Amino acid sequence: MSENNHSSSYTPRSALAKWIDKRLPLPRAIHDNFSSFPTPVNLNFWWTFGGILTVCLLIQIVTGIVLAMHYTPNSEHAFASVQHIMRDVNYGWLIRYVHANGSSMFFLAVYVHIFRGLYYGSYKAPRELLWMVGVVIYLLMMATAFMGYVLPWGQMSFWGATVITNLFSSIPLVGDEIVSWLWGGFAVGNPTLNRFFALHYLLPFVIVGVVLLHVWSLHVSGNGNPTGTDVRKIDKETVPFHPYYTVKDSFVIVMFLLLFAYFVFFHPNLLGHPDNYIEANPLVTPAHIVPEWYLLPFYAILRAIPSKLGGVIVMFGALGVLLLLPWLDTSKIRSARFRPLYRPFFFVFLLVCLGLGWLGAQPAEGGYVIAARLLTFYYFAHFFVVLPVLGYVEKPKMPISIEESLKSKTMKGQS
Amino acid sequence: MRIVVVAFILALAFVLPDRANAAGDETPPLPNIDWSFEGPFGSFDRNALRRGFKVYQEVCSACHALQFLHYRNLSQTGGPEFSEAEVKAIASNYTVQDGPDEFGDMFDRPALPRDKFISPFPNPQAARAANGGALPPDLSLIVNARPNGANYLHALLTSYEQTPPADLEIGDGQYYNPVMSGALIAMAPPLVDDIVEYSDNTPATVDNMSRDVTAFLAWAANPHMEQRKRIGFQVMIYLVILAGLLFFATKKLWRGRKWQQPE
Repeated sequence: MSENNHSSSYTPRSALAKWIDKRLPLPRAIHDNFSSFPTPVNLNFWWTFGGILTVCLLIQIVTGIVLAMHYTPNSEHAFASVQHIMRDVNYGWLIRYVHANGSSMFFLAVYVHIFRGLYYGSYKAPRELLWMVGVVIYLLMMATAFMGYVLPWGQMSFWGATVITNLFSSIPLVGDEIVSWLWGGFAVGNPTLNRFFALHYLLPFVIVGVVLLHVWSLHVSGNGNPTGTDVRKIDKETVPFHPYYTVKDSFVIVMFLLLFAYFVFFHPNLLGHPDNYIEANPLVTPAHIVPEWYLLPFYAILRAIPSKLGGVIVMFGALGVLLLLPWLDTSKIRSARFRPLYRPFFFVFLLVCLGLGWLGAQPAEGGYVIAARLLTFYYFAHFFVVLPVLGYVEKPKMPISIEESLKSKTMKGQS
Repeated sequence: MRIVVVAFILALAFVLPDRANAAGDETPPLPNIDWSFEGPFGSFDRNALRRGFKVYQEVCSACHALQFLHYRNLSQTGGPEFSEAEVKAIASNYTVQDGPDEFGDMFDRPALPRDKFISPFPNPQAARAANGGALPPDLSLIVNARPNGANYLHALLTSYEQTPPADLEIGDGQYYNPVMSGALIAMAPPLVDDIVEYSDNTPATVDNMSRDVTAFLAWAANPHMEQRKRIGFQVMIYLVILAGLLFFATKKLWRGRKWQQPE
């Protein structure tokens, strides 16, 4: 990985270490990127979610591999094999509840991480690719989570898969063929379950690869920070990542694990849907088909548009617009701290997203649809009207350097 | 800023109709029972589970299967905790088809603790045929498969006595039960007072039997609940202590913050 920001401070101690360093300087890369890496001193609580997300990904992979050892990806046996895990596998209930709630925790963390980026302008130059790679991770996470939710083969698994795969039938001319190809048949069935299992096992490792790109890109530009200004004095404005941030992040990660454990041990089914404890039945449609909570805003957008194809385009557009964000925001100032107009618009946007999430869980009728249309309109207006215009009309405050922000903190006695 | 947020929330409240009205849910709110297994320290009442098993065995099991339970589960820690001898005796009341034997023939033998609960019907078609076309659902997961499952089940079992509204058409083989969505159910009232003979001094009222069988089915759906909560409590304590240590470690480390020049 790159040493753009600081020259390598790794010194191999033993003869073996020197031998390795000349041939494959992996210990050097680890030292430079995760130990001595200069990190701004003023990172706040919201900057720990990258570390939390890494932990989430590892938890999902480890529990997922163990689950795969006991799970049967066959539509005749899948539901029963999950019950086998819950009842007869040693601590199977624990592994499965960690994995199922882990996906919710993963998305909770990623949403905090994304909105942190939106608030502090983390997507602006020179971090456009860092942001875009992050959006790709988010898309991969959604695909992985969706396919994972199908595997228990409950009613919501089956009908969720039916609704989402059917979206592709709206593609003109070849839509129906594409859907049959996705299903491996003429309805969601055993071939669908089988391939979803294969892909659900594959994609997390793709995510690991893209996360490495994300970290690589991060370590080229360096961390942003709450002031949004670049590091000017490396000795005064940064600390080595280890031990300062390894210890600080560990504290926040443990606090996050407390929340995680609370769900796993005391409300393991709160975030799931009761209908998924009923085995999949193609002949009985549930009264309300709803996806997992983390996909609800997009579900609301999908249903807000009266045409099927239009809904699909707008829903994917809602994700795609995130890739354009670095160029839609015309302001040169990164942090919302110094943007008096952007700051309130950020919070309105946050509420709009939460509102869309709430609407996604409601039946698609009457006032809910009208509200979903209004909020969908605002969602896009935020990106295509508010952000481009703000850059021209806003009079930002003068951003202060990291060093100055520390001084003002010390004066308030919060150092 | 604050005005924008408040205005937004007000606008949202104005646009959105009340959820209950829009969803068209006319089932009454479920009475909230104070279950012994609720809350972070809740555990099952062994005697209630044993009585509940008796209700299941003598009443429900005529139509409803428990396909994910084995007889051995009845003696496992955190459940009804029958003795192994009792479980053997319970299982031996049932006949299971085994085989093929050395001649290739299937044979019947008494069930053993390792066997799954015997289902009342060999397949869903047989179950429908015997129940006027209605399929009695498997009860292994019923408490998890309904929102507010325990309260729902108890309310369902105790809500047969109410007078149906005059305009409701009750067909053949249907019964009025306001807890069921649509207020019609194909299951005849399963419980009457003293239909089961309790061996302890608990009066076998419909309410008591409903509570007991609900507790039993809550355990059947979550057989490791007690272990889960116990481990959960230990995990929380461990994490709180670890968080405390890391908090003070962070404070101490950052107080003496100094940038060490790369060597």
